[in-house]
Amino acid sequence: MNAYTSGDNLPGEPGEVTVTFDGRPLRTSAGQSVGSALVTNGITAWRDTRKHARPRGLFCGIGVCFDCLVAVDGVPNQRACLVEVREGMEIKGSCEPNVHPLAGSEGGRE
Amino acid sequence: MSATVPGIVEADVAVVGAGPAGLAAAVSAAEAGAGVVVVDAGPQPGGQFWRHRPETVEPNPEGMGHHGWRTYRDLRARFDAARHTGRITYMPGQQVWMAEKADAGFVVRTTPTVTAGLTSGKADGGSTVVARRLVLCPGGYDRQLPVPGWDLPGVMAAGGIQAFIKGNGALPGKRFVIAGTGPFLLPVAAGIAEAGGEVLAVLESSSPKAWLPYLKPAAGVPGKAVEGVEYAAVFARHRIPYRIRTIVTEVLGTGRTSGARTAKVDADSRVRPGTERVYRDVDVVGFGWGFTPQMELPLALGVETRVDADGSLVGVVTERQESSVPGLFLAGEVTGVGGATLAVLEGHTAGASAAAAPEPAAKLQGLRTTARHRRFAEAMHRAHPVPAAWQDWLAPGTTVCRCEEVTAGEITGARDSLGARDARTLKSFTRAGMGWCQGRVCGFAAACLGAGPGAAPTIESLSGAAKRPLAAPVGIGELAALQTTDN
Repeated sequence: MNAYTSGDNLPGEPGEVTVTFDGRPLRTSAGQSVGSALVTNGITAWRDTRKHARPRGLFCGIGVCFDCLVAVDGVPNQRACLVEVREGMEIKGSCEPNVHPLAGSEGGRE
Repeated sequence: MSATVPGIVEADVAVVGAGPAGLAAAVSAAEAGAGVVVVDAGPQPGGQFWRHRPETVEPNPEGMGHHGWRTYRDLRARFDAARHTGRITYMPGQQVWMAEKADAGFVVRTTPTVTAGLTSGKADGGSTVVARRLVLCPGGYDRQLPVPGWDLPGVMAAGGIQAFIKGNGALPGKRFVIAGTGPFLLPVAAGIAEAGGEVLAVLESSSPKAWLPYLKPAAGVPGKAVEGVEYAAVFARHRIPYRIRTIVTEVLGTGRTSGARTAKVDADSRVRPGTERVYRDVDVVGFGWGFTPQMELPLALGVETRVDADGSLVGVVTERQESSVPGLFLAGEVTGVGGATLAVLEGHTAGASAAAAPEPAAKLQGLRTTARHRRFAEAMHRAHPVPAAWQDWLAPGTTVCRCEEVTAGEITGARDSLGARDARTLKSFTRAGMGWCQGRVCGFAAACLGAGPGAAPTIESLSGAAKRPLAAPVGIGELAALQTTDN
Protein backbone atom coordinates (compact mmCIF):
# COMPACT_ATOMS: atom_id res chain seq x y z
CA MET A 1 0.00 0.00 0.00
CA ASN A 2 2.94 2.29 0.56
CA ALA A 3 3.25 3.65 -2.92
CA TYR A 4 5.95 6.12 -1.99
CA THR A 5 7.97 5.69 1.12
CA SER A 6 10.46 7.82 2.92
CA GLY A 7 13.05 6.11 0.74
CA ASP A 8 11.76 8.29 -2.07
CA ASN A 9 12.96 11.47 -0.42
CA LEU A 10 15.38 13.43 -2.52
CA PRO A 11 19.07 12.71 -1.94
CA GLY A 12 21.06 14.27 0.85
CA GLU A 13 18.70 13.49 3.74
CA PRO A 14 20.57 13.31 7.00
CA GLY A 15 19.04 12.00 10.19
CA GLU A 16 16.31 9.42 10.39
CA VAL A 17 13.41 10.16 12.72
CA THR A 18 10.80 7.75 14.05
CA VAL A 19 7.32 8.97 14.96
CA THR A 20 4.12 7.06 15.63
CA PHE A 21 0.80 7.45 13.87
CA ASP A 22 -2.09 5.98 15.90
CA GLY A 23 0.54 3.87 17.65
CA ARG A 24 2.14 2.58 14.48
CA PRO A 25 5.81 3.53 14.05
CA LEU A 26 6.68 5.49 10.92
CA ARG A 27 10.16 6.27 9.73
CA THR A 28 10.86 9.61 8.20
CA SER A 29 13.74 12.04 8.05
CA ALA A 30 14.61 15.19 9.96
CA GLY A 31 13.11 18.38 8.64
CA GLN A 32 9.89 16.78 7.32
CA SER A 33 6.50 18.14 8.22
CA VAL A 34 4.08 15.79 9.96
CA GLY A 35 2.03 15.86 6.74
CA SER A 36 5.04 14.82 4.71
CA ALA A 37 5.89 12.03 7.16
CA LEU A 38 2.36 10.64 6.79
CA VAL A 39 1.97 11.05 3.02
CA THR A 40 5.40 9.66 2.15
CA ASN A 41 4.46 6.62 4.23
CA GLY A 42 1.33 6.15 2.12
CA ILE A 43 -1.13 7.63 4.62
CA THR A 44 -3.14 10.15 2.62
CA ALA A 45 -6.08 10.75 5.00
CA TRP A 46 -6.12 11.07 8.77
CA ARG A 47 -9.30 12.92 9.59
CA ASP A 48 -13.03 12.48 8.92
CA THR A 49 -15.28 15.48 8.46
CA ARG A 50 -17.96 16.18 11.07
CA LYS A 51 -21.01 16.17 8.81
CA HIS A 52 -20.49 13.39 6.29
CA ALA A 53 -17.42 11.64 7.75
CA ARG A 54 -15.49 12.30 4.56
CA PRO A 55 -11.75 11.56 4.65
CA ARG A 56 -9.32 14.47 4.63
CA GLY A 57 -5.56 14.93 4.41
CA LEU A 58 -3.30 17.58 2.92
CA PHE A 59 -4.86 20.16 0.62
CA CYS A 60 -3.38 23.68 0.64
CA GLY A 61 -0.05 22.60 2.10
CA ILE A 62 0.67 26.04 3.60
CA GLY A 63 -1.56 26.37 6.67
CA VAL A 64 -4.52 28.11 5.05
CA CYS A 65 -7.21 25.41 4.70
CA PHE A 66 -7.04 23.46 8.00
CA ASP A 67 -8.01 20.23 6.17
CA CYS A 68 -4.95 18.40 7.53
CA LEU A 69 -5.72 18.80 11.24
CA VAL A 70 -4.14 16.16 13.42
CA ALA A 71 -3.36 15.65 17.12
CA VAL A 72 0.33 15.91 17.97
CA ASP A 73 1.68 14.80 21.35
CA GLY A 74 -1.82 15.09 22.77
CA VAL A 75 -2.47 18.59 21.42
CA PRO A 76 -5.48 18.48 19.06
CA ASN A 77 -6.14 20.57 15.92
CA GLN A 78 -2.58 20.99 14.69
CA ARG A 79 -1.96 21.64 11.01
CA ALA A 80 0.08 18.66 9.79
CA CYS A 81 1.59 20.77 7.01
CA LEU A 82 3.16 23.19 9.54
CA VAL A 83 4.40 21.00 12.40
CA GLU A 84 7.89 19.60 11.96
CA VAL A 85 8.50 16.01 13.06
CA ARG A 86 10.57 15.29 16.15
CA GLU A 87 11.93 11.96 17.34
CA GLY A 88 9.25 10.07 19.27
CA MET A 89 6.41 12.40 18.29
CA GLU A 90 2.96 10.86 18.78
CA ILE A 91 0.59 11.69 15.95
CA LYS A 92 -3.08 10.77 16.12
CA GLY A 93 -5.74 10.99 13.46
CA SER A 94 -8.89 12.68 14.71
CA CYS A 95 -11.21 9.97 13.45
CA GLU A 96 -10.53 8.10 16.70
CA PRO A 97 -13.84 7.12 18.41
CA ASN A 98 -12.94 9.04 21.56
CA VAL A 99 -12.34 12.20 19.58
CA HIS A 100 -15.32 12.40 17.33
CA PRO A 101 -18.70 10.71 17.43
CA LEU A 102 -19.09 9.99 13.71
CA ALA A 103 -15.90 7.99 13.59
CA GLY A 104 -16.21 4.29 13.31
CA SER A 105 -16.18 4.34 9.55
CA GLU A 106 -12.65 3.77 8.41
CA GLY A 107 -13.44 5.48 5.14
CA GLY A 108 -10.44 7.71 5.36
CA ARG A 109 -7.90 5.05 6.03
CA GLU A 110 -6.06 3.32 3.33
CA MET B 1 -2.76 26.68 25.30
CA SER B 2 -0.59 29.33 26.82
CA ALA B 3 -2.25 32.15 28.70
CA THR B 4 0.90 34.17 29.22
CA VAL B 5 0.46 37.91 29.25
CA PRO B 6 1.91 38.97 25.91
CA GLY B 7 5.23 40.75 25.81
CA ILE B 8 5.28 44.16 24.16
CA VAL B 9 7.74 44.89 21.36
CA GLU B 10 8.12 48.47 20.10
CA ALA B 11 9.48 49.62 16.73
CA ASP B 12 9.44 52.47 14.24
CA VAL B 13 8.23 50.14 11.51
CA ALA B 14 6.50 46.77 11.83
CA VAL B 15 6.56 44.46 8.81
CA VAL B 16 4.16 41.53 8.58
CA GLY B 17 5.49 38.77 6.34
CA ALA B 18 9.01 37.64 5.43
CA GLY B 19 8.46 36.61 1.82
CA PRO B 20 9.79 38.57 -1.17
CA ALA B 21 7.87 41.77 -0.32
CA GLY B 22 8.38 41.58 3.44
CA LEU B 23 12.11 40.89 3.27
CA ALA B 24 12.62 43.77 0.85
CA ALA B 25 10.51 46.11 3.01
CA ALA B 26 12.35 45.15 6.19
CA VAL B 27 15.79 45.56 4.62
CA SER B 28 14.93 48.92 3.02
CA ALA B 29 13.39 50.32 6.20
CA ALA B 30 16.30 49.16 8.35
CA GLU B 31 18.92 50.48 5.92
CA ALA B 32 17.10 53.83 5.96
CA GLY B 33 17.69 53.96 9.70
CA ALA B 34 14.42 52.70 11.15
CA GLY B 35 14.08 50.18 13.95
CA VAL B 36 12.13 47.33 12.40
CA VAL B 37 10.17 44.37 13.75
CA VAL B 38 9.38 41.56 11.32
CA VAL B 39 6.57 39.18 12.22
CA ASP B 40 6.27 36.06 10.08
CA ALA B 41 4.09 32.96 10.35
CA GLY B 42 6.82 30.78 8.85
CA PRO B 43 9.69 29.26 10.81
CA GLN B 44 12.36 30.85 8.58
CA PRO B 45 12.53 33.71 6.04
CA GLY B 46 11.49 33.22 2.42
CA GLY B 47 7.70 33.06 2.42
CA GLN B 48 6.01 30.68 0.00
CA PHE B 49 8.02 31.73 -3.04
CA TRP B 50 11.42 31.13 -1.44
CA ARG B 51 10.28 28.33 0.85
CA HIS B 52 13.15 25.93 1.46
CA ARG B 53 14.18 22.98 3.62
CA PRO B 54 14.53 23.75 7.35
CA GLU B 55 17.88 25.43 7.84
CA THR B 56 18.43 23.21 10.89
CA VAL B 57 18.70 20.32 8.42
CA GLU B 58 20.13 22.13 5.40
CA PRO B 59 21.97 25.23 6.63
CA ASN B 60 23.04 26.59 3.24
CA PRO B 61 20.28 25.79 0.78
CA GLU B 62 21.31 26.07 -2.85
CA GLY B 63 17.93 27.19 -4.09
CA MET B 64 17.36 24.27 -6.45
CA GLY B 65 14.24 24.92 -8.45
CA HIS B 66 13.92 28.47 -7.15
CA HIS B 67 13.74 31.55 -9.31
CA GLY B 68 15.48 34.70 -8.16
CA TRP B 69 17.51 32.78 -5.57
CA ARG B 70 20.33 35.30 -5.92
CA THR B 71 17.89 38.06 -5.02
CA TYR B 72 16.90 36.02 -1.98
CA ARG B 73 20.51 35.47 -0.94
CA ASP B 74 21.19 39.20 -1.22
CA LEU B 75 18.07 40.17 0.74
CA ARG B 76 18.77 37.48 3.31
CA ALA B 77 22.36 38.63 3.84
CA ARG B 78 21.19 42.21 4.39
CA PHE B 79 18.35 40.99 6.62
CA ASP B 80 20.73 38.94 8.77
CA ALA B 81 23.23 41.83 8.93
CA ALA B 82 20.52 44.19 10.19
CA ARG B 83 19.47 41.60 12.76
CA HIS B 84 23.04 41.43 14.06
CA THR B 85 23.18 45.19 14.53
CA GLY B 86 19.79 45.14 16.24
CA ARG B 87 18.08 47.20 13.51
CA ILE B 88 15.75 44.31 12.77
CA THR B 89 13.97 42.24 15.40
CA TYR B 90 12.79 39.04 13.75
CA MET B 91 9.79 37.15 15.14
CA PRO B 92 9.38 33.90 13.16
CA GLY B 93 6.66 31.35 13.83
CA GLN B 94 4.20 34.06 14.87
CA GLN B 95 0.95 34.66 13.03
CA VAL B 96 -0.92 37.92 13.39
CA TRP B 97 -4.44 37.44 14.67
CA MET B 98 -5.37 41.09 15.10
CA ALA B 99 -4.15 44.47 13.83
CA GLU B 100 -5.55 47.78 15.08
CA LYS B 101 -4.98 51.48 14.58
CA ALA B 102 -3.88 53.24 17.77
CA ASP B 103 -3.06 56.85 18.65
CA ALA B 104 0.68 56.42 18.16
CA GLY B 105 0.43 54.15 15.14
CA PHE B 106 -0.50 50.48 15.01
CA VAL B 107 -0.88 47.56 17.38
CA VAL B 108 -0.31 44.07 16.02
CA ARG B 109 -1.09 41.03 18.16
CA THR B 110 0.52 37.68 17.44
CA THR B 111 0.12 34.07 18.45
CA PRO B 112 2.44 31.13 17.71
CA THR B 113 1.68 29.47 14.34
CA VAL B 114 2.32 26.07 15.87
CA THR B 115 1.19 25.45 19.46
CA ALA B 116 3.90 26.02 22.05
CA GLY B 117 5.78 22.90 23.02
CA LEU B 118 5.52 21.26 19.61
CA THR B 119 8.44 23.18 18.14
CA SER B 120 12.04 23.41 19.17
CA GLY B 121 11.73 27.17 18.58
CA LYS B 122 11.87 29.80 21.26
CA ALA B 123 8.47 31.44 20.87
CA ASP B 124 6.06 29.95 23.36
CA GLY B 125 3.49 32.70 23.63
CA GLY B 126 2.03 35.61 21.76
CA SER B 127 3.37 39.14 21.59
CA THR B 128 2.07 42.63 21.03
CA VAL B 129 3.93 44.78 18.54
CA VAL B 130 3.48 48.55 18.73
CA ALA B 131 4.84 50.53 15.77
CA ARG B 132 4.48 53.99 14.30
CA ARG B 133 4.16 52.61 10.79
CA LEU B 134 3.02 49.26 9.49
CA VAL B 135 3.92 47.43 6.28
CA LEU B 136 1.65 44.50 5.45
CA CYS B 137 3.12 41.87 3.11
CA PRO B 138 0.93 38.84 3.91
CA GLY B 139 1.13 37.31 0.42
CA GLY B 140 -1.52 35.04 -0.99
CA TYR B 141 -2.47 31.45 -1.68
CA ASP B 142 -3.92 29.40 -4.54
CA ARG B 143 -7.37 30.43 -5.63
CA GLN B 144 -9.66 27.42 -5.92
CA LEU B 145 -12.75 26.55 -7.91
CA PRO B 146 -14.78 23.56 -6.74
CA VAL B 147 -15.20 20.52 -8.97
CA PRO B 148 -16.86 17.18 -8.22
CA GLY B 149 -14.49 15.07 -6.13
CA TRP B 150 -12.09 17.89 -5.20
CA ASP B 151 -12.44 17.12 -1.50
CA LEU B 152 -10.84 13.69 -1.90
CA PRO B 153 -7.44 13.26 -0.25
CA GLY B 154 -4.85 13.46 -3.00
CA VAL B 155 -6.32 16.65 -4.41
CA MET B 156 -3.98 19.51 -3.55
CA ALA B 157 -3.55 23.15 -4.30
CA ALA B 158 -0.94 23.51 -7.05
CA GLY B 159 1.06 25.78 -4.77
CA GLY B 160 0.68 23.24 -1.98
CA ILE B 161 2.42 20.63 -4.11
CA GLN B 162 5.24 23.06 -4.81
CA ALA B 163 5.47 24.00 -1.12
CA PHE B 164 5.59 20.31 -0.21
CA ILE B 165 8.52 19.67 -2.55
CA LYS B 166 10.43 22.83 -1.58
CA GLY B 167 9.87 22.42 2.15
CA ASN B 168 10.22 18.65 2.53
CA GLY B 169 12.48 17.67 -0.34
CA ALA B 170 9.99 14.88 -1.05
CA LEU B 171 7.03 14.26 -3.33
CA PRO B 172 3.42 13.88 -2.13
CA GLY B 173 2.80 11.13 -4.71
CA LYS B 174 4.21 9.56 -7.85
CA ARG B 175 1.73 10.35 -10.65
CA PHE B 176 0.25 13.84 -10.99
CA VAL B 177 -2.26 15.77 -13.07
CA ILE B 178 -1.98 19.56 -12.80
CA ALA B 179 -4.92 21.72 -13.86
CA GLY B 180 -6.25 25.26 -13.77
CA THR B 181 -4.97 28.35 -15.49
CA GLY B 182 -1.92 30.58 -15.66
CA PRO B 183 1.85 30.37 -15.96
CA PHE B 184 2.19 29.20 -12.34
CA LEU B 185 1.15 25.69 -13.40
CA LEU B 186 4.43 25.42 -15.33
CA PRO B 187 6.91 25.69 -12.42
CA VAL B 188 4.71 23.38 -10.37
CA ALA B 189 4.82 20.67 -13.05
CA ALA B 190 8.51 21.28 -13.76
CA GLY B 191 9.30 21.00 -10.04
CA ILE B 192 7.49 17.66 -9.80
CA ALA B 193 9.32 16.27 -12.83
CA GLU B 194 12.72 17.50 -11.63
CA ALA B 195 12.07 15.84 -8.24
CA GLY B 196 11.38 12.52 -9.97
CA GLY B 197 7.58 12.53 -10.16
CA GLU B 198 5.55 11.75 -13.25
CA VAL B 199 3.32 14.52 -14.63
CA LEU B 200 0.66 12.85 -16.77
CA ALA B 201 -0.58 16.20 -18.08
CA VAL B 202 -0.80 19.91 -17.43
CA LEU B 203 -4.31 21.10 -18.29
CA GLU B 204 -4.69 24.79 -19.06
CA SER B 205 -8.26 26.07 -19.40
CA SER B 206 -7.19 29.04 -21.49
CA SER B 207 -5.29 29.15 -24.78
CA PRO B 208 -1.98 30.82 -25.71
CA LYS B 209 -4.01 32.77 -28.28
CA ALA B 210 -5.43 34.72 -25.36
CA TRP B 211 -2.02 36.40 -25.07
CA LEU B 212 -2.20 37.90 -28.58
CA PRO B 213 -3.77 41.23 -27.56
CA TYR B 214 -1.15 41.61 -24.83
CA LEU B 215 2.14 41.04 -26.62
CA LYS B 216 3.33 44.56 -25.87
CA PRO B 217 3.11 44.39 -22.08
CA ALA B 218 4.46 40.83 -22.27
CA ALA B 219 7.52 42.03 -24.21
CA GLY B 220 8.09 44.65 -21.51
CA VAL B 221 9.22 41.94 -19.11
CA PRO B 222 11.51 39.75 -21.24
CA GLY B 223 12.68 37.77 -18.19
CA LYS B 224 9.28 36.08 -18.08
CA ALA B 225 9.72 34.80 -21.63
CA VAL B 226 13.12 33.37 -20.66
CA GLU B 227 11.44 31.57 -17.75
CA GLY B 228 8.82 30.26 -20.17
CA VAL B 229 11.54 28.83 -22.43
CA GLU B 230 13.19 27.15 -19.44
CA TYR B 231 9.92 25.44 -18.53
CA ALA B 232 9.34 24.40 -22.14
CA ALA B 233 12.74 22.68 -22.04
CA VAL B 234 11.85 20.85 -18.83
CA PHE B 235 8.49 19.81 -20.32
CA ALA B 236 10.23 18.49 -23.44
CA ARG B 237 12.89 16.64 -21.44
CA HIS B 238 10.29 14.92 -19.26
CA ARG B 239 7.69 14.56 -22.05
CA ILE B 240 5.00 16.40 -20.10
CA PRO B 241 1.88 16.90 -22.24
CA TYR B 242 0.51 20.45 -22.06
CA ARG B 243 -3.14 20.52 -23.09
CA ILE B 244 -4.89 23.81 -23.69
CA ARG B 245 -8.59 24.57 -23.31
CA THR B 246 -8.87 21.46 -21.15
CA ILE B 247 -10.28 21.11 -17.64
CA VAL B 248 -10.79 18.44 -15.00
CA THR B 249 -14.52 17.77 -14.83
CA GLU B 250 -14.32 15.25 -11.97
CA VAL B 251 -11.74 13.84 -9.59
CA LEU B 252 -12.25 10.09 -9.35
CA GLY B 253 -11.71 7.84 -6.36
CA THR B 254 -13.12 6.34 -3.17
CA GLY B 255 -11.38 7.42 0.00
CA ARG B 256 -8.54 8.92 -2.03
CA THR B 257 -7.79 10.23 -5.50
CA SER B 258 -7.36 7.55 -8.13
CA GLY B 259 -8.00 9.38 -11.38
CA ALA B 260 -9.25 12.44 -13.18
CA ARG B 261 -11.93 12.86 -15.83
CA THR B 262 -11.14 15.70 -18.21
CA ALA B 263 -12.80 17.47 -21.13
CA LYS B 264 -12.01 20.09 -23.72
CA VAL B 265 -13.76 23.44 -23.42
CA ASP B 266 -14.65 25.96 -26.12
CA ALA B 267 -13.56 29.60 -26.16
CA ASP B 268 -16.43 30.41 -23.77
CA SER B 269 -15.16 27.67 -21.40
CA ARG B 270 -18.19 25.44 -22.03
CA VAL B 271 -17.47 21.71 -22.02
CA ARG B 272 -17.35 20.27 -25.55
CA PRO B 273 -19.39 17.04 -25.58
CA GLY B 274 -17.52 13.95 -26.69
CA THR B 275 -14.07 15.21 -25.66
CA GLU B 276 -13.94 13.36 -22.34
CA ARG B 277 -10.87 11.45 -21.32
CA VAL B 278 -9.89 9.65 -18.12
CA TYR B 279 -6.45 9.59 -16.52
CA ARG B 280 -6.02 6.57 -14.25
CA ASP B 281 -3.64 5.64 -11.43
CA VAL B 282 -3.31 9.27 -10.42
CA ASP B 283 -2.02 9.94 -6.90
CA VAL B 284 -2.33 13.71 -6.86
CA VAL B 285 -4.47 16.18 -8.77
CA GLY B 286 -3.20 19.75 -8.34
CA PHE B 287 -5.46 22.74 -8.96
CA GLY B 288 -4.48 26.38 -9.35
CA TRP B 289 -6.73 29.17 -10.65
CA GLY B 290 -4.47 32.10 -9.91
CA PHE B 291 -4.04 33.41 -6.39
CA THR B 292 -6.10 34.93 -3.62
CA PRO B 293 -4.38 37.79 -1.81
CA GLN B 294 -4.51 37.46 1.98
CA MET B 295 -6.69 40.50 2.68
CA GLU B 296 -7.93 40.07 6.24
CA LEU B 297 -5.39 42.41 7.91
CA PRO B 298 -5.71 45.26 5.36
CA LEU B 299 -9.51 44.93 5.61
CA ALA B 300 -9.43 44.90 9.39
CA LEU B 301 -7.57 48.21 9.26
CA GLY B 302 -10.10 49.66 6.83
CA VAL B 303 -8.06 50.17 3.65
CA GLU B 304 -9.73 51.25 0.43
CA THR B 305 -10.03 48.28 -1.93
CA ARG B 306 -10.69 47.54 -5.59
CA VAL B 307 -11.34 44.45 -7.70
CA ASP B 308 -8.23 43.65 -9.76
CA ALA B 309 -8.15 42.36 -13.36
CA ASP B 310 -8.15 38.76 -12.06
CA GLY B 311 -11.26 39.26 -9.90
CA SER B 312 -9.26 39.46 -6.67
CA LEU B 313 -9.98 41.98 -3.96
CA VAL B 314 -6.81 44.07 -3.48
CA GLY B 315 -5.75 47.19 -1.61
CA VAL B 316 -5.45 50.58 -3.32
CA VAL B 317 -1.99 52.12 -2.87
CA THR B 318 -0.10 55.24 -3.91
CA GLU B 319 3.21 55.20 -5.79
CA ARG B 320 4.85 55.06 -2.34
CA GLN B 321 2.81 51.89 -1.56
CA GLU B 322 0.82 53.78 1.08
CA SER B 323 -2.78 52.64 1.56
CA SER B 324 -5.76 54.93 2.23
CA VAL B 325 -4.94 54.53 5.94
CA PRO B 326 -2.09 56.97 6.73
CA GLY B 327 1.05 55.19 7.87
CA LEU B 328 -0.15 51.82 6.58
CA PHE B 329 1.79 50.47 3.60
CA LEU B 330 0.98 47.42 1.46
CA ALA B 331 3.33 45.43 -0.77
CA GLY B 332 3.19 42.20 -2.73
CA GLU B 333 0.10 40.21 -3.65
CA VAL B 334 -2.29 42.33 -1.53
CA THR B 335 -1.86 45.20 -4.01
CA GLY B 336 -2.53 42.88 -6.98
CA VAL B 337 -1.07 39.47 -7.75
CA GLY B 338 2.04 40.02 -9.84
CA GLY B 339 4.76 37.63 -8.76
CA ALA B 340 7.94 37.83 -6.72
CA THR B 341 9.90 40.35 -8.80
CA LEU B 342 7.12 42.90 -8.50
CA ALA B 343 6.68 42.04 -4.81
CA VAL B 344 10.37 42.77 -4.13
CA LEU B 345 10.16 46.12 -5.97
CA GLU B 346 7.06 47.09 -4.03
CA GLY B 347 8.58 45.91 -0.77
CA HIS B 348 11.63 48.13 -1.22
CA THR B 349 9.44 51.14 -1.94
CA ALA B 350 7.11 50.38 0.98
CA GLY B 351 9.99 49.88 3.42
CA ALA B 352 11.78 53.06 2.39
CA SER B 353 8.51 55.02 2.50
CA ALA B 354 7.60 53.65 5.92
CA ALA B 355 11.04 54.63 7.24
CA ALA B 356 10.39 58.10 5.79
CA ALA B 357 13.64 57.78 3.85
CA PRO B 358 14.68 60.63 1.53
CA GLU B 359 13.68 59.95 -2.09
CA PRO B 360 16.21 57.43 -3.38
CA ALA B 361 18.10 58.33 -6.55
CA ALA B 362 16.98 55.16 -8.26
CA LYS B 363 13.37 55.92 -7.47
CA LEU B 364 12.18 56.84 -10.97
CA GLN B 365 13.83 53.82 -12.54
CA GLY B 366 12.28 51.65 -9.84
CA LEU B 367 8.82 53.05 -10.44
CA ARG B 368 9.14 52.45 -14.18
CA THR B 369 10.16 48.84 -13.61
CA THR B 370 7.29 48.41 -11.17
CA ALA B 371 4.85 49.83 -13.71
CA ARG B 372 6.16 47.46 -16.43
CA HIS B 373 5.66 44.47 -14.14
CA ARG B 374 2.17 45.65 -13.22
CA ARG B 375 1.24 45.85 -16.90
CA PHE B 376 2.60 42.34 -17.43
CA ALA B 377 0.57 41.06 -14.47
CA GLU B 378 -2.59 42.61 -15.88
CA ALA B 379 -1.95 41.02 -19.28
CA MET B 380 -1.42 37.67 -17.56
CA HIS B 381 -4.70 37.99 -15.63
CA ARG B 382 -6.58 38.80 -18.84
CA ALA B 383 -4.97 35.95 -20.80
CA HIS B 384 -5.66 33.44 -18.00
CA PRO B 385 -9.07 34.38 -16.62
CA VAL B 386 -11.19 32.33 -14.29
CA PRO B 387 -13.29 30.52 -16.95
CA ALA B 388 -16.59 32.34 -17.47
CA ALA B 389 -18.68 29.15 -17.42
CA TRP B 390 -17.06 27.36 -14.47
CA GLN B 391 -20.32 27.32 -12.53
CA ASP B 392 -21.79 25.07 -15.25
CA TRP B 393 -19.21 22.42 -14.41
CA LEU B 394 -20.69 21.85 -10.96
CA ALA B 395 -23.29 19.29 -9.96
CA PRO B 396 -25.83 20.33 -7.30
CA GLY B 397 -24.13 17.94 -4.87
CA THR B 398 -20.61 19.28 -5.46
CA THR B 399 -18.99 20.42 -2.22
CA VAL B 400 -18.10 24.12 -2.37
CA CYS B 401 -17.24 24.89 1.26
CA ARG B 402 -14.93 22.08 2.35
CA CYS B 403 -14.98 22.94 6.06
CA GLU B 404 -18.75 23.07 6.57
CA GLU B 405 -19.50 20.73 3.66
CA VAL B 406 -21.90 23.07 1.89
CA THR B 407 -22.88 22.05 -1.63
CA ALA B 408 -23.30 24.12 -4.78
CA GLY B 409 -27.03 23.30 -4.73
CA GLU B 410 -27.42 24.63 -1.20
CA ILE B 411 -25.68 27.88 -2.16
CA THR B 412 -27.59 28.48 -5.39
CA GLY B 413 -30.78 27.48 -3.55
CA ALA B 414 -30.15 30.13 -0.90
CA ARG B 415 -29.37 32.61 -3.68
CA ASP B 416 -32.48 31.90 -5.74
CA SER B 417 -35.08 31.30 -3.06
CA LEU B 418 -33.77 33.36 -0.14
CA GLY B 419 -32.10 36.20 -2.03
CA ALA B 420 -28.65 35.48 -0.57
CA ARG B 421 -26.52 37.20 -3.19
CA ASP B 422 -23.46 38.20 -1.19
CA ALA B 423 -20.96 36.18 0.80
CA ARG B 424 -22.13 37.49 4.16
CA THR B 425 -25.78 36.51 3.64
CA LEU B 426 -24.73 33.18 2.16
CA LYS B 427 -22.76 32.55 5.33
CA SER B 428 -25.77 33.05 7.54
CA PHE B 429 -28.10 30.90 5.44
CA THR B 430 -25.77 28.07 4.45
CA ARG B 431 -22.69 28.26 6.75
CA ALA B 432 -20.45 28.47 3.65
CA GLY B 433 -17.20 30.04 4.83
CA MET B 434 -18.00 29.61 8.52
CA GLY B 435 -15.60 26.75 9.29
CA TRP B 436 -11.92 26.46 10.18
CA CYS B 437 -10.57 28.24 7.10
CA GLN B 438 -13.12 31.06 7.41
CA GLY B 439 -13.82 31.11 3.68
CA ARG B 440 -10.21 31.42 2.58
CA VAL B 441 -10.68 28.45 0.26
CA CYS B 442 -14.33 28.77 -0.84
CA GLY B 443 -14.74 32.56 -0.45
CA PHE B 444 -14.13 33.47 -4.09
CA ALA B 445 -16.27 30.62 -5.46
CA ALA B 446 -19.11 31.30 -3.01
CA ALA B 447 -19.04 35.02 -3.89
CA CYS B 448 -19.26 34.13 -7.61
CA LEU B 449 -22.09 31.64 -7.02
CA GLY B 450 -23.98 34.28 -5.06
CA ALA B 451 -23.50 36.81 -7.86
CA GLY B 452 -24.94 34.27 -10.34
CA PRO B 453 -23.65 32.76 -13.60
CA GLY B 454 -21.50 35.15 -15.60
CA ALA B 455 -21.71 37.95 -13.00
CA ALA B 456 -18.50 39.15 -11.39
CA PRO B 457 -18.34 39.30 -7.61
CA THR B 458 -18.36 42.78 -6.12
CA ILE B 459 -16.06 44.53 -3.65
CA GLU B 460 -18.77 44.12 -1.02
CA SER B 461 -19.18 40.39 -1.53
CA LEU B 462 -15.43 39.70 -1.70
CA SER B 463 -14.87 41.81 1.43
CA GLY B 464 -17.71 39.95 3.12
CA ALA B 465 -15.84 36.71 2.47
CA ALA B 466 -12.45 38.09 3.58
CA LYS B 467 -13.46 40.17 6.60
CA ARG B 468 -12.79 38.11 9.68
CA PRO B 469 -13.02 39.19 13.31
CA LEU B 470 -9.85 37.23 14.05
CA ALA B 471 -7.23 36.75 11.35
CA ALA B 472 -5.98 33.48 12.88
CA PRO B 473 -7.35 31.02 15.43
CA VAL B 474 -6.33 31.99 18.98
CA GLY B 475 -6.66 30.33 22.35
CA ILE B 476 -9.20 31.68 24.81
CA GLY B 477 -6.24 32.61 27.05
CA GLU B 478 -5.06 35.17 24.55
CA LEU B 479 -8.48 36.80 24.40
CA ALA B 480 -8.59 36.87 28.19
CA ALA B 481 -5.12 38.40 28.34
CA LEU B 482 -6.21 40.98 25.77
CA GLN B 483 -8.92 42.32 28.08
CA THR B 484 -6.55 42.59 31.01
CA THR B 485 -4.03 44.51 28.89
CA ASP B 486 -6.57 46.98 27.60
CA ASN B 487 -8.34 47.80 30.88
